[in-house]
Amino acid sequence: MSTFNHRVCPATGLRIHKSAENLIKANAFVAIVFLAVGGLFGLLVALTRWPGVHILPADWFYLSLTAHGLDVLLVWIIFFEMAVMYFASAVLLNSRLAAPRWAWTAFILMLVGAVITNVAVLQGNSSVMFTSYVPMQAAPNFYLGLILFAVGALIGCFVFFGTLVVARDEKTYEGSIPLVTFGAMVAAIIAVFTIASGAIILVPTWLWSLGLIGNIDSLMYKTIWWAMGHSSQQINVAAHVSIWYLVAAVVLGAKPLSEKVSRGAFLLYIFFLQLASAHHLLVDPGISSEWKIFNTSYAMYLAVLGSMIHGMTVPGSIEAAQRARGFTKGLFGWLRNAPWGNPAFSAMFISLITFGFLGGISGVVMGVEQINLIIHNTIYVPGHFHATVVLGTTLAFMAATYLLVPLIFQRELIMKKMAMWQPYIFGLGVTGISVFMMGAGTLGVPRRHWDISGADSIIKFDFPGAAYLMMGLNGMFAILATLGGIMFVLIIVGSLLFGKKTGDEPLKGLTMETATEYGSMEHPKIPGTLVLVGVFFVTFILYYFVNWKYLAEVWPLR
Amino acid sequence: MAITPPPERIWWNLPVARSEIVWIIVAFLWGLVMFSGMVYWHLEGEQNLSNEAYRITPEAYLEKATAMVEQYQVREDAGMPVVHPPPGSDVYLVARLWQWWPIIEFEKGQSYRLHLSSMDWLHGFSLQPVNINLEVHPGYDMVVTITPTDSGEFGVVCNEFCGIGHHQMIGKILVTE
Repeated sequence: MSTFNHRVCPATGLRIHKSAENLIKANAFVAIVFLAVGGLFGLLVALTRWPGVHILPADWFYLSLTAHGLDVLLVWIIFFEMAVMYFASAVLLNSRLAAPRWAWTAFILMLVGAVITNVAVLQGNSSVMFTSYVPMQAAPNFYLGLILFAVGALIGCFVFFGTLVVARDEKTYEGSIPLVTFGAMVAAIIAVFTIASGAIILVPTWLWSLGLIGNIDSLMYKTIWWAMGHSSQQINVAAHVSIWYLVAAVVLGAKPLSEKVSRGAFLLYIFFLQLASAHHLLVDPGISSEWKIFNTSYAMYLAVLGSMIHGMTVPGSIEAAQRARGFTKGLFGWLRNAPWGNPAFSAMFISLITFGFLGGISGVVMGVEQINLIIHNTIYVPGHFHATVVLGTTLAFMAATYLLVPLIFQRELIMKKMAMWQPYIFGLGVTGISVFMMGAGTLGVPRRHWDISGADSIIKFDFPGAAYLMMGLNGMFAILATLGGIMFVLIIVGSLLFGKKTGDEPLKGLTMETATEYGSMEHPKIPGTLVLVGVFFVTFILYYFVNWKYLAEVWPLR
Repeated sequence: MAITPPPERIWWNLPVARSEIVWIIVAFLWGLVMFSGMVYWHLEGEQNLSNEAYRITPEAYLEKATAMVEQYQVREDAGMPVVHPPPGSDVYLVARLWQWWPIIEFEKGQSYRLHLSSMDWLHGFSLQPVNINLEVHPGYDMVVTITPTDSGEFGVVCNEFCGIGHHQMIGKILVTE
């Protein structure tokens, strides 16, 4: 066992090895840089889609939208996931990191790849959107950068798996791996599938852009591309659910209601989440309804079942922990007395609620084979995934960052008041973005569209005034979200540069004591959570049937 | 805790809370309901895709569309032919950079076999304000049997990004009483 080059964390007693620590820092830092860049592109996109502002010309709009998708959906998230994986393996298992040189190689490949693709986009000949559907063609470097990035990420996954093996061999922990590490492992397994799909489709596409392959079928491309594109969002789900458990444990000392259920729910992700490629093909030609129904429902909604389970067990574990600490008053005394001033907790809880209510429900409903007819490619779709990927994943990653700053970077947060407000401002901004984009989508407003007024086209179509109003509100809330994003970057980068070194004193605001007695194991008292879950379930059912009703009103077709 | 190893090595044997079991059963059953919903709609609902599609080259498709336009053109509007094909017939809509060609006139309450295919890149057929959205690929001839139930003028907005002129790509479908 390596005994050199590590320190003992004063808060957790865990051994933190220098090699893992540096890699976590590097990956998290680069992630945040790309979040800042991609976020600003997003603001430009939203301001252009605000009809009264319409800030960018068409070519710059499509360029910015391509860059926005790549930098936040791919680069920010995957870099941060690397940090999460190294943290969940090396730090939580008390181990050294396997093959740190390979991990640095992964880091450099990802960084070089991200830069190459960004340069290709900024050069202007690769405004093909994040999805880059063929036969529309980008510059060869656009695909090459993505391939390098993916190879790097794949190496990172294997460093993670290697670390699990090393920790087990060197007996750095007793028994099974912790739940958070288990969740990160699920994310890594899905990542391997994702990256393999990406290689299968992007390598030939790169060769095609170089003129070495004659033709790529558009339907085949779309099917396999989404085996990567949607699966990569499932990596995010597995990663951010793990972070929900992590934050609940670190901030409140919460433990899972039962290990079996939480882990079982993660296993459902491995088995069923990847079928979701079908969500993007529901109104495409030449695919049978049997295939669509089976895949779009993740085999009878078994992956949705996984998320619905986490949606109960995460708040349930928080409620149980709070009740054990004496907050037993009424149904929601535990929630009222939660540490709402701690940005790690508030960001995590907003992520949990909005991911379920906004992102989860809308995702399932628009993934219904027939309902997709009234939603496909409208701006409802970005409305949905801003709720899953920004409110769900990004906000959870922000919560994790608020923990990493003292634990890994060993700095105190600066501007604590601002940090306290940041998750609320960002959360409210993105909630507005999601809701108003979904609203405009139900009125038929297309996504990825520079000008819905049709001013330049020979034939006109007038969208209703409400659509314009909602696109304007979307722009206003995007400004609020950007403000929240800028606050985040300022707080984190400022803390890394100027925050007080934490040294070896125990940290304030982090309770690491395990909550012990809260009802018996078989009957934890979580009445508040049961009410929340009930409200969620009723909302889900109502929204589901309302959309069938909308569908029933459109022209019959078969 | 979630960041420490579980109390027992074989976590599968750890107890499960009763509230969790109830929720798992409820959520599972809800999944079955939602799954059945799609199957039920194929039996009883009126908005389903038949998934009828053929491989075709852009040239062959354009030839069919041109023949249809020659046969059924009734007038011109905005420099574009307007066709009024008979109910039940095959109607070809061409998607290309950056127009929907031609303008089609349907009769309310009648069914038509509407064909969709692209001459170049992907396009999105978005019929507004009805809000029916279909993906249009090059090389595939997708057929949907469509029955307009409202009369008036409808827009066909492209909602799959197709390059710099994407936002100019608006077509028209007319429905007469």
